[in-house]
Amino acid sequence: MSPALLLDGTTTVGDLDLRVTLEVMPGELVAVVGPNGAGKTTLLRLLAGLVRLDAGHLDLGDRTVDDGTDRGFVPAHLRRMGWVPQDRLLFDHLTVAANVGFSPRATTDRVASLLTALHLEDLADRRPPECSGGQAQRVAVARALAADPDLLLLDEPSTALDLASRHRIHALLADRDRRPTTLLVTHDSSEVADLADRVVEMTAGRITGTPPL
Amino acid sequence: MTGQLRAPRSVLVVATLTVAFLALPVLALLQRAPWSGLVDLLRRREVVDALGVSLLVSMVAAGIVLVLGTPLAWVLARVDVPFRRLVRALVILPMVLPPVVGGTALLFALGRRGLVGQWLERWFDLTLPFTTAGAVVAATFVALPFFVITVEGALRTSGDDLEQVASTLGADPLTVLRRITLPRLLPAMGAGLALAWARALGEFGATITFAGNLPGRTRTLPLATFQALESDPEAAVALSLVLLVVSLAVLLPTRHRWLPTQ
Repeated sequence: MSPALLLDGTTTVGDLDLRVTLEVMPGELVAVVGPNGAGKTTLLRLLAGLVRLDAGHLDLGDRTVDDGTDRGFVPAHLRRMGWVPQDRLLFDHLTVAANVGFSPRATTDRVASLLTALHLEDLADRRPPECSGGQAQRVAVARALAADPDLLLLDEPSTALDLASRHRIHALLADRDRRPTTLLVTHDSSEVADLADRVVEMTAGRITGTPPL
Repeated sequence: MTGQLRAPRSVLVVATLTVAFLALPVLALLQRAPWSGLVDLLRRREVVDALGVSLLVSMVAAGIVLVLGTPLAWVLARVDVPFRRLVRALVILPMVLPPVVGGTALLFALGRRGLVGQWLERWFDLTLPFTTAGAVVAATFVALPFFVITVEGALRTSGDDLEQVASTLGADPLTVLRRITLPRLLPAMGAGLALAWARALGEFGATITFAGNLPGRTRTLPLATFQALESDPEAAVALSLVLLVVSLAVLLPTRHRWLPTQ
């Protein structure tokens, strides 16, 4: 079986010199841990197509989406990703339902199913500023999953969440049939223990270890 | 909660005098207004014509500003264009340029013997100076920067994080512009458009230089006011009042942007 994600490359963003080799198999949930400033978020942005490689290659499935050249770079909207950024970044001018259904790949059934799974049906007509932090985080996760991504990128999805919201998000992510291959950036060791198939540790832009679960 | 600062008396005196300096001309205008005959004055043919020309010119100019200014503001805010600082300086130039200089420059650019104007006439039989279209060009020239810097500022302040999220969800650049950027930009576009329209409505120097002062064609309200000041001061006051009311009507709805509540 070929990997869902194969990265061997370098890039420089500000002061950070990212030099990463990473392989993730289909269906795997890999937790990325490490101190602040290690490059975890930059790694997710690189995979999402928001940061480019300076050299090396990034393959998603059978396709190379970045080889460090302009010609070989596949932009974010053509990569089939789902990204949940650390600060959620919901579209405040759209309703919760419109946020979740934003992706052109989001089908009505999929949106309805995610709204139900994350207990967001009653909030469907509200706008994000009217939601609590936990509700907004669930909207962000639902929005990313509704895009039917090949790779889900989660940047600290449970930070400062109430227990109920955390439980609902974890229940969805633990369901291998409902979530795609996933990279989860987290500082939360219990989240790693609950969800991850494997852990990689980053320090100063490098993957420096694979701590046991 | 922090207490209000206690201002030194000397600062208060200067601030009060400054407000008086700004308010005095408006008060003088209101005091000299021919209130009893105002309606008759405003019904005069030359006033109605000037109002019509002004509204036509300023609204068409505002439309052109919207169509041309939105992509320009977006490019200046989002795209790494070469010589960006120079381009931005050029865009802002009409704001600081004396309007008469702007009008003169337009004449040399788009006049019948101008750099581009001679070709417009030769190829398209299009003459701009001393026409209503010319007045629109002059108004657009001076009004465009007000819209562009307002919208560009809003784009810079809001950042592009939401656009990035939208693209990761599979939205192509045009969809991102249509569904994320533009809807979030509407308040700034409204404020910029109101300012640009007000600037176009009050335009004098560039218009008289490039488009002349032809009744019913290029004589806008400011030109008619200036003309009337010599022959009929009461009419000049009435015309000034119309411009004052329109200016206030534009300023008040945009107060959240330009007049902080605290």
